[in-house]
Parts: sequence; C-alpha cells; structure tokens
Amino acid sequence: MITHPRAEELTEAVSRWIDAVRPSLDPRNAFLARVAANILGVVARQQQLGPAAEAAAVERFTVLLDHRGDYAGLNSELCDRLRAGDMDVTTPGLIATLKANVLDQLAIDQPNYRHEGLAQP
Amino acid sequence: MTVDVLAALPKLAQRLGGEGAVLAAAERLSGGASMETWAFAVETLKGERRDLILRRRSAPFDPDTSRSVSLAAEAALIEAVRARGAPAAPLVHLCDAQDGLGEAHVTARVSGETLGRKIVSDPRFEAVRPKLARQCGEILAQIHATPVPDAAVLKSADFLGELARYEEIYRASGAERPVLELAFQHLKKHAPEPAPLTLLHGDFRNGNLMIDPQIGVAAVLDWELSHIGDPAEDLGWICVNSWRFGRPDRPVGGFGDYADLLAGYEAAGGRPVTLSRLRAWQALGSLKWGVMCLMMYQSWAGGLEASVERPMIGRRVSETEVDLVFLLEAGL
Repeated sequence: MITHPRAEELTEAVSRWIDAVRPSLDPRNAFLARVAANILGVVARQQQLGPAAEAAAVERFTVLLDHRGDYAGLNSELCDRLRAGDMDVTTPGLIATLKANVLDQLAIDQPNYRHEGLAQP
Repeated sequence: MTVDVLAALPKLAQRLGGEGAVLAAAERLSGGASMETWAFAVETLKGERRDLILRRRSAPFDPDTSRSVSLAAEAALIEAVRARGAPAAPLVHLCDAQDGLGEAHVTARVSGETLGRKIVSDPRFEAVRPKLARQCGEILAQIHATPVPDAAVLKSADFLGELARYEEIYRASGAERPVLELAFQHLKKHAPEPAPLTLLHGDFRNGNLMIDPQIGVAAVLDWELSHIGDPAEDLGWICVNSWRFGRPDRPVGGFGDYADLLAGYEAAGGRPVTLSRLRAWQALGSLKWGVMCLMMYQSWAGGLEASVERPMIGRRVSETEVDLVFLLEAGL
C-alpha cells in the first residue's frame, strides 16, 4: 500500500484532532467524540492485525472442520454444526479454537478489556 | 408530541413547592433513545431547596411490545420496594396531563456515585467497597420478597423463555457467531431447574446503583426493566463481567465476591441460590448483552438511530464472546 501517508497515519491524524477539540465540546458531544476516537482505534488495529487474525482463524477452522475453505464459509458451517448439535463443549479442539479466535478479535475491538479468563488472580 | 421540558419545569416547581416556589436549577443528565433524566431543584418561598430528579419518556410507548414498564408502574414499584426496606429514591410526584410533561415522574435526588469505574477503583470507595456485595444480596432479597403492586402490570420470563427470546433476536439479525451459537445450545441443554418466580429489578448491576462512600448502596435506580422472573436472574446479572469495569477478579459488580452476595441474600430471607445456578444466569446475562450489542448495531445499520455510539457498541460483542468461552470452558 502507499506511504506518505500510510492509512494508519490518516486515522491517527483524525484521532489527534478529535482529542484536541474535545475539551471545547458539551458533555454529550465530548462523550461521542471519545467514542469516535475509539472507533478510529478499532479501524487502525483492524488494518494492522485483521489480516493475520483472519488467516489464523481460517487455519484453526480448517483443522477443526477437517477441510479447507474461506473464512465466511467455514464460520457459517461451524455455526450450523453447533446449532445441529454435531459439536458441543466436549468436541476436542472446539473450545481452544473458539477461544483463540475471539481473543484475536478482542485484541482488535477492545485490547484493554479485562475478560473472564483473568478472573483468577 | 414535542415537549419543551425547560418551559414546563417552572410550572411543575410551583405545583411541587407551593405558591411562590421557583425553579432553581435544571439540567438534562442523560438521554437514551426513549427516556430522559433531568436534575432540577425547587426553591420555596421560604427559601427551602429541594433537589429532584425528573424521569420522562421521550418516545411513544407501546406497553404490549415494550420490555419496559410504564413510568406509573415504575412509581408504584419504587413505593412498594421501599415499603419492604429496599433503598430506592423516594417518589415525589407522578406527573399527569396538568404538568404538560407527558409520561413522567419525579423522585428525590439521592447523592452518591453511579459511575461503575469510579465505584470499583476510586479510593473514596475503598472503605465501603468490601460491604457492597453483601448489601446487594440483602437488597435483592427485599426486592424479591415484595408483592407486585396492582398498578404494575409486569411480564414474566424464566430461563428457557429468556433464552428463546434472545435466540430469536439473534437469528433475525443474520449474524453468525460460533460462540453465541454454542452458548445458546449449551444453555438450552443445561438450563437450571425452574424456581418460584418473584418480582425482579431486571437491570440490577453496577451502573444502576447509587453508591455513597459512607453507607454503600444508597439507592437502586432505573426500574424500567422490572419483571417477574427467577430470583437468580438478578443475582447473576450483577456478576456479568461487562459490568465489572476492569476487575474480573471481583465477580460481583467489580467490587465483591459471590459468597458475600449469596450470604447477604440468604441472611435477608432470600431462598438460597447455589453458585452454579447463579453462574448459569450470569452466562445467560453475558449472552443477552452480546445479543443486545448486536441489536444496537442494527438499530444504526437500519437507519433507526444515527448516533456514532451505536455501531461501536456492535464491537462489544467480542467481549461477551470471550467471557462466554471462558465460562463454557470452566463448565459455567
């Protein structure tokens, strides 16, 4: 992709501008401006981490379902098999696959979220 | 009908404070899609000041399809639970046509903190924090023991009913999320045995509690999702990790432990609830919140709401998926 500027520099520039004007906004708009800056954070992380996360998810789905395919197709098939009861929490590798995939997604959506897995000190 | 609240408040101030009373302050605190909250103050002729809260519905209300109760029902619930000793802001006035505010009620303003993150981390709450989980248990026992007031027509829902309702919403969304799918199927197969249904608060969580640094829970707010259901629903909802504000190690609201919540509940006369029953409801709570996040994204995608906040909430589904996968791995 082109540089000067890179896409993540563009989102960063907008984020910084939002932070600069935020103190001058009324409380409701200041809140929404913070949300907007957070959205740009998600977009930037998806740019950076998304391709590798999707490739890793496809790899894990392929092992679990024992055949190749694209992300949408494999994801959809897994949902169907879970709904049909072909797979459940006792299926070897299922929980590990799901956990790895959703942790990758969380790293994009909310990297600072302290999840249930951190409940034990 | 558009209501000019600021224009209607001086008249209400007179009605509440008597001849010569004036509106001393008015400020909109929050506005959801359908409900507004205003802080205002009335100063009487003698110079006495009363700090009050106005809650009013700002969008049309259909009692048949809405999950929310009417504000008149909310007012009756507040009175009823207070009579059983539960802390809720005292009702001051139920608005009528004369007030020109539409569907609304006025309560006293209870001071304290409602922001979850502050409650779990601000040093001001350090002393009271260890007492909160037990207090929550005691308060829930009081709420659950309250007879449903005649003025409140409430919906009923048990575990499988709630699960089915949210599964329907999930299916209609068209989203395909393996963890949510697994959670629906697992909880359907492992639903806790039905229990006698009682009055529930319906949204009892850190964020709807007014916390005072000295006394702890000073008021339980926001009764609009009150319904009849399994007592473990309220106990599980406050343990959903999404309301622990960065403190997953303190499962009750980010401030306390399961054992204290359940002990307080039992000590105040609540029917004993096991931890595994609570955890099943907690998992259903995470699942419900995940589906609600999908719904909020959809309200934006469908053009119903324009706020920048709505699509972003859609990206909170993954937090519930991570929480659910750990709960499922732990056997709930």
